[in-house]
Amino acid sequence: MTALTGAPPSPTPATPPTPAAPGKKPPRARGRLTPYWLLLPGILWLLVFFLMPMVYQASTSVQTGSLEEGYEVTWHFATYWDALSEYWPQFSRSVLYAGSATALCLLLGYPLAYLIAFRAGRWRGLILILVIAPFFTSFLIRTLAWKTILADGGPVVGALNTLHVLDVTSWLGITAGERVLATPLAVVCGLTYNFLPFMILPLYTSLERIDGRLHEAAGDLYASPFTTFRKVTLPLSMPGVVSGTLLTFIPASGDYVNADLLGSTDTRMIGNVIQTQFLRILDYPTAAALSFLLMAAILVMVSLYIRRSGTEDLV
Amino acid sequence: MDTTTDRSGDVRLTGISRTYGSFTAVHPLDLTVPQGSFFALLGASGCGKTTTLRMIAGLEEPTAGTVRLGDRDVTALPPHKRPVNTVFQSYALFPHLDIFENVAFGLRRRGIKSVKKQVEEMLELVQLGEQARKKPHQLSGGQQQRVAVARALINHPQVLLLDEPLGALDLKLRRQMQLELKRIQTEVGITFIHVTHDQEEAMTMADTVAVMNAGRVEQLGPPADLYENPRTTFVANFLGTSNLIEAEADATSGDDVLLKAGACTLALPRARCSAPTAAGGRVLVGIRPEKISLTHADESAGIPAGRNRVTGRIAATSYIGVSTQYVVDSPVCPAFQVYAQNIDRDPRLVPGAEVVAHWNPAHTFGLDAAQDIGAGVAEAGVPQAAEEALA
Repeated sequence: MTALTGAPPSPTPATPPTPAAPGKKPPRARGRLTPYWLLLPGILWLLVFFLMPMVYQASTSVQTGSLEEGYEVTWHFATYWDALSEYWPQFSRSVLYAGSATALCLLLGYPLAYLIAFRAGRWRGLILILVIAPFFTSFLIRTLAWKTILADGGPVVGALNTLHVLDVTSWLGITAGERVLATPLAVVCGLTYNFLPFMILPLYTSLERIDGRLHEAAGDLYASPFTTFRKVTLPLSMPGVVSGTLLTFIPASGDYVNADLLGSTDTRMIGNVIQTQFLRILDYPTAAALSFLLMAAILVMVSLYIRRSGTEDLV
Repeated sequence: MDTTTDRSGDVRLTGISRTYGSFTAVHPLDLTVPQGSFFALLGASGCGKTTTLRMIAGLEEPTAGTVRLGDRDVTALPPHKRPVNTVFQSYALFPHLDIFENVAFGLRRRGIKSVKKQVEEMLELVQLGEQARKKPHQLSGGQQQRVAVARALINHPQVLLLDEPLGALDLKLRRQMQLELKRIQTEVGITFIHVTHDQEEAMTMADTVAVMNAGRVEQLGPPADLYENPRTTFVANFLGTSNLIEAEADATSGDDVLLKAGACTLALPRARCSAPTAAGGRVLVGIRPEKISLTHADESAGIPAGRNRVTGRIAATSYIGVSTQYVVDSPVCPAFQVYAQNIDRDPRLVPGAEVVAHWNPAHTFGLDAAQDIGAGVAEAGVPQAAEEALA
């Protein structure tokens, strides 16, 4: 905090020191401090609401004890190992469900974002509003609505049954008999639905920035419309693909609402486990350890993904 | 332009037009660009030159008419199937590919595997061999422009289309690139169709210039011919500067027509007049400012006989190095322009001085007076006139 009141240390000796006017504060000093003052509220917010809870959770995760006798920091790292070995099915299920939902979001979202960016013309604004419109109702209500949509014997399930789609999905093990609700398919559908706008908006932003003349240039240089898409549009929209998949995958893998409302005990995701440990079983160390494991897993996957997709190289 | 006997590579536009709703961008147009020529479409913005170019490229569909390359009708072909390449106005280089891959793009799309040698040769031609692995945004405007040319030329198109390729460059670089493009065209011998609004650029580079105005070709010909013998007021005013004097045909004398403008009688070779010259016919008499000599009124007796004369008073002068521009206020022409080389400057030629402007009648041209006398003046703009005087 002292740096905020005094002058910040000059990073290089090349910066000439401000000539001190005798008896008067140099007028530029105030200007130089302004950025730090502007940073202050954000930094304080992060300290209080991000860093402190993190430290608190980290210490909780290495505590032992019981609710009655109180918990104590004993550096009991075995909690991590126990949590991982007991709940790895939920971990892998989370990755699988979130990954499937992300892939579905990309498949559904890319064509729509492409349409909005290049073909919608004067309908562009309206379609964008429709994409965002679901946010006007609560996340919970929207998920509950899916319970009605996928209800047993309802029109959607009936239609899927008539078309024998359910036979295929049951054989794949993602639905059960004539039920869609309380199956993996229902959970993935809910996740896809809830996170679709987070895929569409970044995709739209990066597609919209592509200069239309690049499409013309590619066509002029013997690229068919499909090749133009593959060689020009898709590579240039990669920043959107990467941020869209991250914005979808990260929250989806920690989500518990969809699995809770649309799934069953067989579709529990890691978010459900953490919620139960914290709020019902009251085993705080395990819950905290699981949270950190989830965070670490996501960080590893995301950094591998970003390195692989090489987006930092894009303009 | 009959230097090439092979006609198989000509670009032929027949009755081609383009309308957008009620707006006609290009009126039905017939145009033949001979193979191997450097052809310029010159006009102000919105005159339909870029639309014409885009119809040849296939980026714009003609409302009517056909585009033929040699004997082949390509009107219905999409751009990627036409043996034509374009250098875009803003270059449209692929930002995610390096220079090498930008240049190799067309070759790769046609399934050519070993592109290395060709790409390197092409980069050598445009003097960018060192920059092959840089991204477009790391290059200067002039270098990007050369990449755009290389990217199009490497495909050995039948026709190279250039859409205002030098518009984004500063004056000095533009001059340099004009010569560069001309050199490349001579070297590769491909037909170049160049769209520009810069009359100087068109005249420096092209063998044939088509001046377009409001969706129509006003006049077509070699640059010197267009400049010396404009047939419309638009061409006269858009290409350089012209003094146009309203006059009335009076009599004939040999091959000359004598015209009356106020108190002056002006001679005009009949062959250089595109308007009917029957007695009493209205004609616009044109003369380029640099063909005119200026003499102080006190010495008007010394002017040789047989020259056209216009008297007036100097309204303004501006000294611009190689020449001095005079604006003479004359009863027959309110802002009569004279450009005089700075060889023997008469110190009396200052604003307010009474002068006689005189010129050889052979340089005079005649235009139909039914046209708008000011057509093309605003489009050509003052800066270009100044640029031309500097050149």
